[in-house]
Amino acid sequence: MINGLNWYKFASPATFYTLAGRMIPWFYSLAALLCVAGLYIAFFLAPTDFQQSEAYRIIFIHVPAAWMSMFIYIVMAAWAAIGLAFNTRLSFMMASALAPTGAMLTFVSLWTGALWGKPTWGAWWVWDARLTSELILFFLYLGFMALQAAIDDPRRADRAGALIALVGVVNVPIIYFSVRWWNTLHQGASISMTKAPSMAAIMLEGMLVMALAVWMYAIAAALSRVRSIILERERNSQWVAQMMEAEA
Amino acid sequence: MNMLQTVSVVLRRELILAMRRRGDVLTVLFFFVIVASLFPLGVGPDPKLLSLMGGGVVWVSALLAAMLSLGRMFASDYADGTLEQLILTPTPPVIWITGKILAHWLVSGVPLILMAPILGVQFGLTSDALLVLVISLLLGTPVLSLIGAIGAALTLGLRGGGVLVSLLVLPLYIPVLIFGAGAVDGSMSGLGAEAHLSLLGGILVLAFISTPWAVSAALRISIE
Repeated sequence: MINGLNWYKFASPATFYTLAGRMIPWFYSLAALLCVAGLYIAFFLAPTDFQQSEAYRIIFIHVPAAWMSMFIYIVMAAWAAIGLAFNTRLSFMMASALAPTGAMLTFVSLWTGALWGKPTWGAWWVWDARLTSELILFFLYLGFMALQAAIDDPRRADRAGALIALVGVVNVPIIYFSVRWWNTLHQGASISMTKAPSMAAIMLEGMLVMALAVWMYAIAAALSRVRSIILERERNSQWVAQMMEAEA
Repeated sequence: MNMLQTVSVVLRRELILAMRRRGDVLTVLFFFVIVASLFPLGVGPDPKLLSLMGGGVVWVSALLAAMLSLGRMFASDYADGTLEQLILTPTPPVIWITGKILAHWLVSGVPLILMAPILGVQFGLTSDALLVLVISLLLGTPVLSLIGAIGAALTLGLRGGGVLVSLLVLPLYIPVLIFGAGAVDGSMSGLGAEAHLSLLGGILVLAFISTPWAVSAALRISIE
């Protein structure tokens, strides 16, 4: 089966360019649908929290963004590792396509956290372990993008970025476990695999739907960005010239 | 040559080079002192406040000073082609890289450690806290050289490399800062510094065995 479905075929930027083009509308529409459904649950179905009243509703954006900010970094580092190990150009392109979306979601999670912190904690920002490590994650994304932007030779930019992405991945478990290791202001994990959820089922559903929406959006955004990167890198190749001619 | 000989040859070469250009070493040291002296001017000379901040201020200054000296680690060897020759030698790069990092620490880290107690006294740290400060710097500054070497290797020959190094390396320095300054704080507040120092030691061991490999990979990327 695996041999029949030739994976190497899609590792070529030319084939992947077309494949990504066909997948992007699906992921964008899925993201839109899930987002509408999630926001409907969030604003109309979910009850008011007895402790935090309406302010808690920010979790429907905050938690999915925070999850994805960490997850995208891990995926980015994984693509970087695959690129370094197998020397596949497309993996490096995927890594650099993911970085801006990851940075954006990290920023969203910090920003929505601040918006929630002001009414709840009485401060826009506290130097708590989780907030600080999430801020470091933002800097790691910026460092990755800045390093790639500073290097003109794409081969070197790919590899240097991949290395720094792999080195920075040590930060992700620190963020994830920060609420358990340091007993600080940020509340513990909202969801645990081992315990029964501590929130109403409908709130949990809303959050999961929103998380899926953000996930689909991240995939769509990364795919459309990787298409631009492919075009830019392969601008001198024959297939790009033929495609441009066919479109013109 | 066996491993230790290689390390000592590289070490001797680096130290001789550093002694021929003493200005570089002194600049970093003065930078360290000046940054630390800016804090009392910025936040006010209240002795209570300064003794609370002392450990953290010295640590932040050490971080910035260590970063300032990173450019020297590979840049001149890269410019005159020595680095390529070193990579072409049959010796595994990890070995001479370790020697270079060790030399960097001796030249830029050790002076900071020697200077730190004086700054600590100016900030009104107790003698126990001064001792903890020195121990935490002894454990922490090698980590700064080790992690910094990755950043230095990745930014070789890039325009604006110096600023870029700070963006790449400072986020990775943060755990060292937290536990280093935390140890001094713990000693000042009577909580004890052992936990923080143990964690710093753990970070040092981890960095020592892993970063030379990353530096070696980074150098290969930059040289190609």
